[in-house]
Amino acid sequence: MSAARPPEGARTAARKGEGYPVSTPLLELRNVVKRFGQGAGVVQALDRVSLQVARGETLGLVGESGCGKSTVAKVAMRLLEVDEGQVVLDGADLTRARQAELKPYRARLQMVFQDPHSSLNPRASVGRLLEEPLIVHRRGNARERREQVQAMMARVGLRPEMAERYPHEFSGGQRQRIGIARALMLRPDLVICDEAVSALDVSIRAQVINLLLDLREEFQVSYLFISHDLSIVRHVADRVAVMYLGQVVELAPRDSLWREPLHPYTRALIAAIPSTQPRGEQPPARALLSGDLPSPLAPPAGCRFHTRCPQAQPRCSREAPEFSELAPSHWVACHFA
Amino acid sequence: MSLLDIRDLQVAFDTRAGVVQAVNGVNLRVERGETMALVGESGSGKSVTAYAILRLLAKPAGRISGGQVLFQGTDLVQLDERAIRAIRGNRIAMIFQEPLAALNPVLSIGRQITEAIRLHRDASPRAAWEQAVELLDRVQIPSPRQRAQDYPHQLSGGMRQRAMIAIALACEPDLLIADEPTTALDVTTQAQILALLKQLQLSTGMGLLLITHDLGVVAEVADRAAVMYAGRVVEEGGVNALFANPAHPYTQGLLASLQMDRLRAGERLPEIAGTVPSLLDLPEGCAFAPRCGQAHRLCRAESPRLGPAGTAQRVACFFPMAEPVARSLAA
Repeated sequence: MSAARPPEGARTAARKGEGYPVSTPLLELRNVVKRFGQGAGVVQALDRVSLQVARGETLGLVGESGCGKSTVAKVAMRLLEVDEGQVVLDGADLTRARQAELKPYRARLQMVFQDPHSSLNPRASVGRLLEEPLIVHRRGNARERREQVQAMMARVGLRPEMAERYPHEFSGGQRQRIGIARALMLRPDLVICDEAVSALDVSIRAQVINLLLDLREEFQVSYLFISHDLSIVRHVADRVAVMYLGQVVELAPRDSLWREPLHPYTRALIAAIPSTQPRGEQPPARALLSGDLPSPLAPPAGCRFHTRCPQAQPRCSREAPEFSELAPSHWVACHFA
Repeated sequence: MSLLDIRDLQVAFDTRAGVVQAVNGVNLRVERGETMALVGESGSGKSVTAYAILRLLAKPAGRISGGQVLFQGTDLVQLDERAIRAIRGNRIAMIFQEPLAALNPVLSIGRQITEAIRLHRDASPRAAWEQAVELLDRVQIPSPRQRAQDYPHQLSGGMRQRAMIAIALACEPDLLIADEPTTALDVTTQAQILALLKQLQLSTGMGLLLITHDLGVVAEVADRAAVMYAGRVVEEGGVNALFANPAHPYTQGLLASLQMDRLRAGERLPEIAGTVPSLLDLPEGCAFAPRCGQAHRLCRAESPRLGPAGTAQRVACFFPMAEPVARSLAA
């Protein structure tokens, strides 16, 4: 019962009124389990993951490669089917919904991918790429659609004549603007950003983060902001979930996570962020995690982090810690937090 | 004499679209025992500079079209193919961003280290193998004797990078060039590899030229740094001075967009407007002028040379940023 959070707990937190919405969450993952492979080679990519994104909220999701963050995105989008648990959008259980039933929800839930080069059709002009969601969802006539495309292009900082051009004619930063524009064409309630700024250069990354921040205000959109970069997540997210080997190990409002990280893994992640000030004569040795991520094919018993944890005790290798609320809205799965 | 002294290096690539001037007059020094970071965004010419040092540019398109690369006084640009091969992997070694792409998939790690040793040293296969195991131990790979038998695909990303560092160290190089060595790694693994590189450098006294786009990595390990933009070094100096008083508007912009902890959460980040210019069609004058808030008519007409700024820095800008004290007085 590590990453599972009972709904009662969530409601308690809601009453306390910090970080949690009182109303129905916009997106909710309830005890989601996702397995890949079969027989001896089963990877449990998500192990009872429960997450909520409130209306207007940005939930940051951090963790290292292989922790399951992108699987969360795909499961939420129903690009992958869950094995157990539920995916709920605005109160409606989409877990078993058929493709036709999903269509109205798809318009409300959009995604921005890491690599706009591989996620944009190379044979479609930008104008066509942006119009396509409107055609699929039967919004407006040809003239209205064209106007909306022009307005959105202007909004994300692309010149109108660029509508005739193809993705390869744009720089990485501009392509990501196209990807964002496309995700927003249907005025979704929630946009899942999966490493949306990770492939961009520093000077361009700031521009795209600013665009995402502005659009959040303007369109009142929620973000599920997935990134391996903690400093960016710290800047954009209201609450942050930390994943390790398919489980959520800590979930907290941004400030309390940074002020007081309770899970040793979160502490190690924060310590490993490269400094923005030169170290000078100080050696770079800090609380470095030893070893590598264990194979997700054979995750450690008990607490999955115990093999790398500086505070591990015998109990940690036997017993999986409960995911519990140690401070208001601050959830953690650790015996010794 | 500097360990490495690059003077006015020019590198050009012939492409179908025309001649790309990827490196356009780079001056750079690396001393023994120091870590010099070469920082820049994609297309700034930082990796091309690194490849040019070892003459690894893709032929026939890429060529060094001018300048000198003096390694312990010898100009590497003038060496014939045999002479440069005797230096590569021996006195100057290099590690790459993607260890999986740089390692040979069909040879064991131990075998690849042995190969590097026996290419340059007179060692028996058995002695070289023992040395390979020692090297794996030095880069902190657990149970090195067993791991030496492993193939690259059997190792994690961090372990592969350690194996590549072991190969690079095989002949105790005087200079190690690391091209984005931690970019493909997770943040906790990155911290391990940076700590390892720093520790190995301290124990061997080699010079380290670290190519990176990440100013955080620079702050962690570098002694000095050079910032590249559009094929030129625009600012260079000790990291403390550079981070405290960036003199070039570009360096200042990069640092400002990195230091998010100085802002309120959710606040707009300071950004550098516009995009990097095409190397096929560089603007007249200073290449940064079209994106620069302080650009003057002079900046669009003439290209500034790298000159002294303060005591520990050099900058290529006609109107370098004032030091913070002066700035606050002005405000």
